[in-house]
Amino acid sequence: MSEVTVRKQRPKHLALNEIRLPLPGFVSILHRVSGAGLFLCLPILIGLFGMSLGSPESFESYKSVVGNPLVKLILLGLLWAYMHHFCAGIRFLLLDMHKGLDLASARSSARMVLIASLTLTVLIGVKLW
Amino acid sequence: MVNRVVVGAHYGLKDWLAQRVTAVVMAIYTLYFAINALMLPAMTYEAWSGLFRGGFTRFVTLLFFLSLFYHAWVGVRDIWMDYVKPTGIRLVLHMLTLLVLVGYAGWVAQILWRL
Repeated sequence: MSEVTVRKQRPKHLALNEIRLPLPGFVSILHRVSGAGLFLCLPILIGLFGMSLGSPESFESYKSVVGNPLVKLILLGLLWAYMHHFCAGIRFLLLDMHKGLDLASARSSARMVLIASLTLTVLIGVKLW
Repeated sequence: MVNRVVVGAHYGLKDWLAQRVTAVVMAIYTLYFAINALMLPAMTYEAWSGLFRGGFTRFVTLLFFLSLFYHAWVGVRDIWMDYVKPTGIRLVLHMLTLLVLVGYAGWVAQILWRL
């Protein structure tokens, strides 16, 4: 009973524009945002995948669709989302195995995830276009 | 005396584990795909579709997509559970998520097997 009272009195501060997330928290919320974005764009991605494999004709129309600068920009964004989700996911798997749990290494690995995913996005983006 | 350890129903554990197993499958496939794509001589329809025409690659590509959909199911369901409080709306969103993901699985199988 006393526990419930204490809980109710706990101050809440959920002003999202005022909260300053530490780097690991930033990586964590981006993991969720990138995952949600990828999920929402699945029909686009599967549709393009199907176009690219349908027939030589549909492959040509696939090429002209992804040649559109706006589509390129969206795909580049999704590539970053995939890379971030990938790198942050590996970090979370390592944390699950109790690797890098102390504050200093958690912060530096969060920084590494952000740098690695951006670098991979740029490298693959340059390679593709 | 009943010697019973209360450990819950394990629903959470199963999904926690599935989320990680599917993640590892996708990570390995991503590397496999990246290496194969880098070795393509040119980006032509023949070369690109040839990549997925092989029995092994077709099989592991389907495995990747099925892992992706299961992974997306756990992740998106978690998002609905965190942010959507009214039970009715949440249930509808869960069902819609599940249905589109099952539909995507059929779509991908069709793309791969008509090659």
